[in-house]
Amino acid sequence: MKCPRPIIEVARRIGEVRVGSLLEVLADDPAAGPDLAAWCRMRGQTLVASDPPRFIVRRES
Amino acid sequence: MLKEARQAWLETQQAGWGDPMRLHRPGRLAAQALDQAREVVAAAVGGRPDEVIFTASGVHASHAAVAGLALGRRRVGSRIVTTAIDHSSVLAAAAAAGMHEAVQVDHEGHVDLNGGTTAVGTAGTAAACIQVANHEVGTLQPYVEAAEICRRADVPLVLDATAGLGRIDLSDAAGWSLLTGWAGAFGGPASVGIVVIKKNTRWRAPYLIDDYQGGRWPGVPDVPAIYAAAVALDCWLQSGRTVGERQHDLVDQLRAGIVQRVPDVDVAGDPVRRVPHLLTFSALYVDGETLTLELDKAGFAVASGSACSASSEHPSHVLAAMGALTHGNVRIGLTWTTTAAEIDQFLTALPPIVTGIRATVGAS
Repeated sequence: MKCPRPIIEVARRIGEVRVGSLLEVLADDPAAGPDLAAWCRMRGQTLVASDPPRFIVRRES
Repeated sequence: MLKEARQAWLETQQAGWGDPMRLHRPGRLAAQALDQAREVVAAAVGGRPDEVIFTASGVHASHAAVAGLALGRRRVGSRIVTTAIDHSSVLAAAAAAGMHEAVQVDHEGHVDLNGGTTAVGTAGTAAACIQVANHEVGTLQPYVEAAEICRRADVPLVLDATAGLGRIDLSDAAGWSLLTGWAGAFGGPASVGIVVIKKNTRWRAPYLIDDYQGGRWPGVPDVPAIYAAAVALDCWLQSGRTVGERQHDLVDQLRAGIVQRVPDVDVAGDPVRRVPHLLTFSALYVDGETLTLELDKAGFAVASGSACSASSEHPSHVLAAMGALTHGNVRIGLTWTTTAAEIDQFLTALPPIVTGIRATVGAS
């Protein structure tokens, strides 16, 4: 996936989980870790686990 | 290159300067030019001309500074402390020299001075490194406080002045043991790096040496290029302050304009305590390579710190350490001749380009 793809997909899918629920992301792109953290900051979500290539985001809003 | 530097380089090509170590006339002319160049650098950084050496690039300067200190201080230990956002050449030299500890930075890139104090106070620390300002985001580091911390810990400090030399006043930067720079960063030739080694610093050349440059950098120096570098630096010393003020304002306008006109953009670095000419921002859901190419088509030559940009397969370690968005990244460096009109043109061109790329990938 070209580098913003994992983040674009997370943004698309976050609406599919309930507020308070978790979304698991699998991405081997080296930018995935830093950019998921930044996206969460920009969107008010929480990156609860970062263990590349596996990440867990909790939907806050 | 600044036009004055390019002019000086062209003229020296025709002047027939020779090896500055030789006694014939071309040699003596070259030796004089080299002396003048050392004086200009010394004046700019508050050092002495005989402390100045010229290397083949800024990367060579970083490597020489760090590796040489590690060698000179090997009886003390092999720990090298840097910030997390130092230039990759410094990080590489630190890792190669021994045990590298990177002190964390905050979201604007300011180094954690408490963390730094603990790090340099740890036994076996051979050297510490800090930048005057970060080369990607422009944030000024607290290099005077850092020098004081290092002095108290009796650890020599390498001050990477690459982003500050020829941009801000460094004549009263105090307390460093080594200072490094690169002429390519201030309008001089890319083939000239600078290392200033304060007297009585325990530095030893980590490479083979000869009689040139006091046994600190080998080979016949490229005097025309060094002279052109000094001319560029001297231009700044003579008239750079007003240029810097103007650039600072133009970057303020860019920062405000980008945030206003483009949604979901992360502008990185300290907005105020920074060097005047640099700006970096990242646009959400956009890939850096496409953004760079589209801006190039629109007439703007910019760089990118994104993983998927042509220059690298990894995201900018600077942005990642700051928690800043790394994809969709654009790095801008203003020149002496950048105008307000060009800033306006950029601010007009950018929003539809970003919107267009986001539409292509179906991103909201």
